[in-house]
Amino acid sequence: MSNLSRDDVAHVAMLARIQLEDHELDRLAGQLDQIVDWVGQINEVAAADVPPMSHPLPLVNVTRPDEVRPSLTQQQALANAPDPEGGRFGVPRILDEE
Amino acid sequence: MTATTDRTVPYADALTRYEPVMGLEVHVELSTATKMFCGCATEFGAEPNTQTCPVCLGLPGALPVVNRTAVESAIRIGLALNCRIAEWCRFARKNYFYPDMPKNFQTSQYDEPIAFDGWLDVEVPANEAGEPPFTFRVEIERAHMEEDTGKSTHVGGATGRIHGADYSVVDYNRAGIPLIEIVTKPLVGAGDRAPEVARAYVAALRDLLRALDVTHGRMEQGNIRCDANVSLMPIGSEVLGTRTETKNVNSLRSVERAVRYEITRHAAVLDAGEKVFQETRHWHEDTGITTAGRPKSDADDYRYFPEPDLVPVAPSREEVERLRATLPENPAERRKRLQGEWGFSDLEMRDVVNAGAVEVIEETVAAGASPAAARKWWTGDLARRANADGVAVTDLGVTPAHIAELDGLVTGGRLNDSMARQVMDGVVAGEGTPTQVADARGLELVQDDGALQAAVDKVIAANADVAEKIKGGKVQAAGALIGQVMKEMRGQADAAKARELILATLGVEG
Amino acid sequence: MTARDLTRLTALQMADGLAAGEFTSVELTQAHLDRIERLNPSLNAYLLVDAEGALATAANVDAARAAGEDLPRLAGVPVAVKDIACTRGLPTTAGSRMLEHFVPPYDATIVTRLKDARMPILGKTNMDEFAMGSSTEHSAFGPTRNPWDLERIPGGSGGGSSAAVAAYLAPLAIGSDTGGSIRQPAAVTGSVGVKPTYGAVSRYGIIALASSLDQIGPCARTVADAALLHEVLAGHDPMDSTSIDAPVPPVVAAATGTRDLTGLRVGVVKEIAREGYQEGVSRCFEEALQHLRDLGAQVVEVSCPHFVHAMAAYYLIQPSEASSNLARYDAMRYGSRTTPEGSPSAEQVMAASRDAAFGDEVKRRIILGTYALSSGYYDAYYGQAQKVRTLIAGDFTAAFEQADVLVSPTTPTTAFRIGDKLDDPMAMYLNDIATIPANLAGVPGMSIPSGVADEDGLPVGFQLLAPAMEDQRLYAVGAALEARLAEAQGGYVFEKAPEIEVQA
Ligand SMILES: [Mg+2]
Ligand SMILES: [Zn+2]
Repeated sequence: MSNLSRDDVAHVAMLARIQLEDHELDRLAGQLDQIVDWVGQINEVAAADVPPMSHPLPLVNVTRPDEVRPSLTQQQALANAPDPEGGRFGVPRILDEE
Repeated sequence: MTATTDRTVPYADALTRYEPVMGLEVHVELSTATKMFCGCATEFGAEPNTQTCPVCLGLPGALPVVNRTAVESAIRIGLALNCRIAEWCRFARKNYFYPDMPKNFQTSQYDEPIAFDGWLDVEVPANEAGEPPFTFRVEIERAHMEEDTGKSTHVGGATGRIHGADYSVVDYNRAGIPLIEIVTKPLVGAGDRAPEVARAYVAALRDLLRALDVTHGRMEQGNIRCDANVSLMPIGSEVLGTRTETKNVNSLRSVERAVRYEITRHAAVLDAGEKVFQETRHWHEDTGITTAGRPKSDADDYRYFPEPDLVPVAPSREEVERLRATLPENPAERRKRLQGEWGFSDLEMRDVVNAGAVEVIEETVAAGASPAAARKWWTGDLARRANADGVAVTDLGVTPAHIAELDGLVTGGRLNDSMARQVMDGVVAGEGTPTQVADARGLELVQDDGALQAAVDKVIAANADVAEKIKGGKVQAAGALIGQVMKEMRGQADAAKARELILATLGVEG
Repeated sequence: MTARDLTRLTALQMADGLAAGEFTSVELTQAHLDRIERLNPSLNAYLLVDAEGALATAANVDAARAAGEDLPRLAGVPVAVKDIACTRGLPTTAGSRMLEHFVPPYDATIVTRLKDARMPILGKTNMDEFAMGSSTEHSAFGPTRNPWDLERIPGGSGGGSSAAVAAYLAPLAIGSDTGGSIRQPAAVTGSVGVKPTYGAVSRYGIIALASSLDQIGPCARTVADAALLHEVLAGHDPMDSTSIDAPVPPVVAAATGTRDLTGLRVGVVKEIAREGYQEGVSRCFEEALQHLRDLGAQVVEVSCPHFVHAMAAYYLIQPSEASSNLARYDAMRYGSRTTPEGSPSAEQVMAASRDAAFGDEVKRRIILGTYALSSGYYDAYYGQAQKVRTLIAGDFTAAFEQADVLVSPTTPTTAFRIGDKLDDPMAMYLNDIATIPANLAGVPGMSIPSGVADEDGLPVGFQLLAPAMEDQRLYAVGAALEARLAEAQGGYVFEKAPEIEVQA
């Protein structure tokens, strides 16, 4: 049984901002379907009353004081930028506001 | 684009058929010294990308640490909005890609907000149509902590707007500044006053947040930003209509206008038997309309999950009570109390509030001035001076102590009103305290009745005709003589005393 | 002593030799650099060698020592750093094309600690791209080869660090363990690898794979060496909210203390110890158990019934967190940007860049994780995996009531051949079946070599697990077993590795 169709993979890849080419989609879709099928076994394992565990540590309330620390210089901040311009990061045109 | 082709119906007309339902989401930028998850400064207007670090640039390997003061501010805001404070809550990642968001997820809160289930009573003033003031209870769904994004500037294209731009440049100084998002429950029942309720709510919220001293609260700088959700329900129906979300409505006036516009637009769509399209809308301040933005879509699959790089926030009840004790009086209640204490009329009090002079008058009264004198100075003479100079009234260099001292000089009989204004000239010019200025300028009412009587006699002699009229019962003609007496005295006399002497000299009852 | 002899010393011997003035740190560091120069072309263990920086630190330490300065224990002992840790001014790639030219403006906290310990950093070691893999074949910069057999994998994701240590290209190295990436490479290269308790070592500056699972730890040839590096790395860091604010367990004392294990209860976890293992692996495991008994320990069998679901839970949680952690690699602020034809939007450039710069395994896991978190699937996948995590943690709690440490073989097989599992992701994932439960629960784990499999002459790993914050138990038991095995086998396992043939 197929859990994850080729279209599903294409859709999820879009959500993840990966522009898969057709041949990649063909290759990955089959593997992912198999993997999802396998991880899906977990579905029936835990009863509804088992609490989820998102973290191994029982820590709470880890905070820092509101005190300024040195920032990077503008030059350091932009040192790895593919397209810096006037102290800012140049990015291609943005389609719509979030 | 369909921007200019949207139809609307007249507002009053829409309200005969539909009940508006609003939901307001307000993002408040906190005025903490540092960002939500890193130690970068939050100064407004710094050179681009000079207040960034590995954390707020989303560099590989960087990890967030929560700003304690931001959490305290969030709790205080929650308490001031009569919310319940979570005993245990977490941050969550809201995943979506956007160039001004360094990690491509926003660290926010999802189903476990720090504050929830509150309310704020909002005073909606009388309107131009003569409808009376009323109080509307805005139910608060939640207030949660999150972080701001960077700021994009769109380059090229005809408009400088996002559409048609060639590319954009991003400054991440704002990325990571703490935000509190305050979300109302659906607001129903305001009828035709809904847009006014929206405005009054944002205004009340702004005043409350300023009183809490948690934000700079400057809407024009984006410290407070409002998203307005609007839908219409046919009157008599209980089914909520499809809503639109108008983003970034960033002035009080715009909040009212944008809600009003969306009501008229939705009504036109529904009247035509069509369906309102669920989407975000952009507000255009210049034209007063909204235009279609992004439709609700798959891109809204934010894949929230608990932020694994942070641990839960579990404020103890003692901590919550400690913070509750720091809450200031609710601004609306405080205004009511002060108005009573000061004996101001509604109109006078509104002037004071509009002038932003509540605090300074309070301090001036505390320094010993009468409330009336404090109000007269701060909303009158000083407000005019500040206006002329284009500065805030509190930036003139005049202190509440100065006003109290000056008021003492007037009530004590040393200065009259015109002399007091001259003294104020000197105080504003930085010549010293009112007493120092009065001394230096030799301003003092002449207390010697002999000199005043001589001046009165001289003026009566020179104006026999006027004196006759006064004797004949036209007491108000004395005004002309007072002016001349004051001139004789070079202003250094008490006008009331001069009047008294003129009448006495002429044997007339005052 | 010859340069070859210097590289053969343990880190502890190096530290003592430096302190005694038998050789200098420059000599020691140069000996390693020379060996790296000769062998790294065959092994591809290092992606970057910082000879200049390492020698400068070494010279500095030598001068300080000559001046009679009080120095940290490992001052002057060189170390290799997995390319997952940010190093200021030195390229940091995480094994990905995406970060091929990325130079961090800051040091990871552990790098600062290595510098504070005055350890010369030899360079950055190879790894599976973003630590996703068990063979180092998923590095964008070519696979690392196993010093025992150059046709075989050195484990992963930290194959560069394990190979460097096993081949004497470094006495010590840094690893990161999300599902076994320190322990499994140690097992297949005959070296020692430790995953400390979650939160014991700062993650600040470590390129994240899965935040709730990732843990930094030491790679070494002996248990005592690992302990020395462990104490350098561990300790509270205010820059990491999940860092433990408590004293570091006394691991060096444990590793150098008594060899008597009388009264120790050793629990064999039925679900990860008895079935489906290569013959030589099982034989070495049973022999090691007998040695433990001989040292006075009592071996009991314990059951952790939910461990059978650990793999599935892990392959939901890890890709989910990874999909979010790796979202930042969009080529807007840094990273390799690919611009399609025409006038593409930011969105299109992001999608094209991520397609071009990520390898298949990274794409697979990002898509899997995105799917597991997406609307309508969260409860069935991610949510369910988190519940299973609770059950696995509960299994550990129960098991540690019956035993002081738990044991298993570290891996089902010895090192497999390069290319054998590359096209079968599922087969690759199953390598980590014994190591993954510890990451899910956050407990510490160690792999030490327990022998060589008869059938292929390759090293076999023995895994020890202890309760959270009880890392010292691993070192005490590990060191005792290590010494016993060395006695019984006539030397350490790592000494049995064949000399590497230099490629022409
Ligand atoms: Mg929000
Ligand atoms: Zn920052």
